[in-house]
Amino acid sequence: MRRLLMLFTEPFAFLGRGTIQYVGSMGASAIFLVLALLKAFRKKQLPKIVQQLYYIGARSTLIILLVGLFTGMVLGLQSYHALVQFGAQGALGTLVALSLVRELGPVLTAIMITARAGSATTAEIGSLRISEQIDALDTMRVDPLRYLISPRITASIISFPLLTAVFDIIGILGGYISGVLLLGANAGTYLYRVQASVEMKDITDGFIKAIVFAVIVSTVCCFEGYFTHMRTDSHGAKAVGLSTTSAVVLSCVLILIADYVVTSILI
Amino acid sequence: MEPFPLIEFKNVTKRFDGRTVLDNVNLRIYEGQITTIIGLSGAGKSVLLKHIIGLIQPDEGTVCLRGKPLSGVRKKDIADTVKQMSYMFQGNALFDSMTVYENIALPLQETTDLSREEIDRRVRTRIEQTELGDSADKFPSELSGGMQKRAALARALVTDPRIVLFDEPTSGQDPVRKNAILSMIAQYQRRFGFTAILVSHEIPDVYFISNRILALYDRTIVFQGAPEDLEKFDHPFMDEVIHSLEGLQEELTGLHSRRQFKVLYQSQMKRKALDQFYVLVVFTLEGLDAIASGMGHEAAQEAIRCMGLAIEKHFGPIGGVSTRLGINEFITMLPYSDMAEAEAILNNFAADIQREDIVNILNGARRRGGEGQCVEIGIKAGLAQGRPTVEVGPVMNAAVEQQKEIARLRCIPDW
Repeated sequence: MRRLLMLFTEPFAFLGRGTIQYVGSMGASAIFLVLALLKAFRKKQLPKIVQQLYYIGARSTLIILLVGLFTGMVLGLQSYHALVQFGAQGALGTLVALSLVRELGPVLTAIMITARAGSATTAEIGSLRISEQIDALDTMRVDPLRYLISPRITASIISFPLLTAVFDIIGILGGYISGVLLLGANAGTYLYRVQASVEMKDITDGFIKAIVFAVIVSTVCCFEGYFTHMRTDSHGAKAVGLSTTSAVVLSCVLILIADYVVTSILI
Repeated sequence: MEPFPLIEFKNVTKRFDGRTVLDNVNLRIYEGQITTIIGLSGAGKSVLLKHIIGLIQPDEGTVCLRGKPLSGVRKKDIADTVKQMSYMFQGNALFDSMTVYENIALPLQETTDLSREEIDRRVRTRIEQTELGDSADKFPSELSGGMQKRAALARALVTDPRIVLFDEPTSGQDPVRKNAILSMIAQYQRRFGFTAILVSHEIPDVYFISNRILALYDRTIVFQGAPEDLEKFDHPFMDEVIHSLEGLQEELTGLHSRRQFKVLYQSQMKRKALDQFYVLVVFTLEGLDAIASGMGHEAAQEAIRCMGLAIEKHFGPIGGVSTRLGINEFITMLPYSDMAEAEAILNNFAADIQREDIVNILNGARRRGGEGQCVEIGIKAGLAQGRPTVEVGPVMNAAVEQQKEIARLRCIPDW
């Protein structure tokens, strides 16, 4: 009888346990983020933030330029062929610019930085954790949140919007190359449409999204690495690998969910 | 009156996932001493150490530093007390992306407002003191195990801590390096005057450098006191931990382990007729403390090794079975000799040891511990006769009581 009862209750218990765990880790991440942000304003943080700006921001520029260029080019190519059927190829500049500034720029930039810098951050912090280097910081009275986490989150918040801007500009240039130079759309119309259709609100909304994504990506990647040793499914190097995978997957999923939520609020 | 303890555990209990690791632990650690925590692997020694530095909080009980509890007080107060401590991890925990210099400088850069020049001066001083001058710009992965230990020690000492905790500092090292690391800890402890707390398996080697031993057994502290007192401690811990660990250490002397000695003794007794005699000889190497404090731990180890070789050289070929009995004591069983024969053998041994072996012992120590040092050493020996029907304990005690000096040597400083 008891077994039968458990058969009915177990799925609910499983759901409940999962939910509690999920809510718990959400709360822990939020506290983690707030503490890291507060510690950004402590002494001796600026050099570390600049160092992370170089790593997360400057060293991601090339990949952002490449992805932005080809995204803009493919967008120009596809849009031109669609618009030309309605004789609306003059709207190419509007379509490319608004798509990039409002959606593709922030989302693809965030996903690319997750792949390049986010994964490396999780792996690095996870390795520091399993080799007791974070414990060593604790014993030296060096706050690991201040020393390791805070500069990374701060640098992400600064570099995501900047890289998004780079992505937008180079994407519009890519659209110009494929639409105007390769397919023969009018250059003046393209540039005029870009200038006329993109408003300040579009740009600021794109930057708001970039900042939200920065917070999500940096928090998820740092959190996963920092608590690698708490994983119950594996230990050691394998745990670092799994933490890195879950950080990248979770960041990408959360970027897309947050994109919808932020868009629906801002629109 | 007993001095006031620097660190005190009062009824500390710690559980992980329902499993009790420390159960009602009470201990005292005194300032300026080297205290070693011994116990089997997985007994909770590292957990105990992490309680001291605040990396782990007890589930029950209190950890006090200078009488002030470390738990249940403001975070700032804990930080102020923990400020006096450094921790040397079992795996060193050096930052592998930083050079040795950067590793040592990190605690000063991050926790003090010292100028760059002052930090550089302090770091360079520690690098010189730990003989890492040529490795300052190398990464930890480019260093040998011993050098990594020295780098970790330099980092632990750069903030001038009052207490340094060493978590199995000799793990994974070969016997020579083990001795070198223990020697280094003792040497730096004397030089800098910090309180050292070690977790170690190196029995009896740690006895030479330790003022106090804490024995962790069955989740609690079963003994705390001087190494000499541990020898007399009558508890299952001695058989299960100390003697088995000692057995591993006889690679040093080349003699039998105590366990092997016991087995050989028992098998000899079974073979003997009840009225047949055997003789026990107990040797004591005097002056070992002076060698350890004047020339270092490695020199003391070498003296013990040479003494073991001398005993084995004389008594091995005539069927003698020998083992190390204590820090500076050795015992030999002569199963086929009566008292008169044993006395003759011992007289020969005394003549040889005064002529040649005692010089080898002191020279060996001097080679390891510095040529300029001068100490006096002596060797005592005592005989006693036993029979299979008599317990071995009284025979051993009789041999100790009969001990008289058979050799003595005082080195000349410019020798």
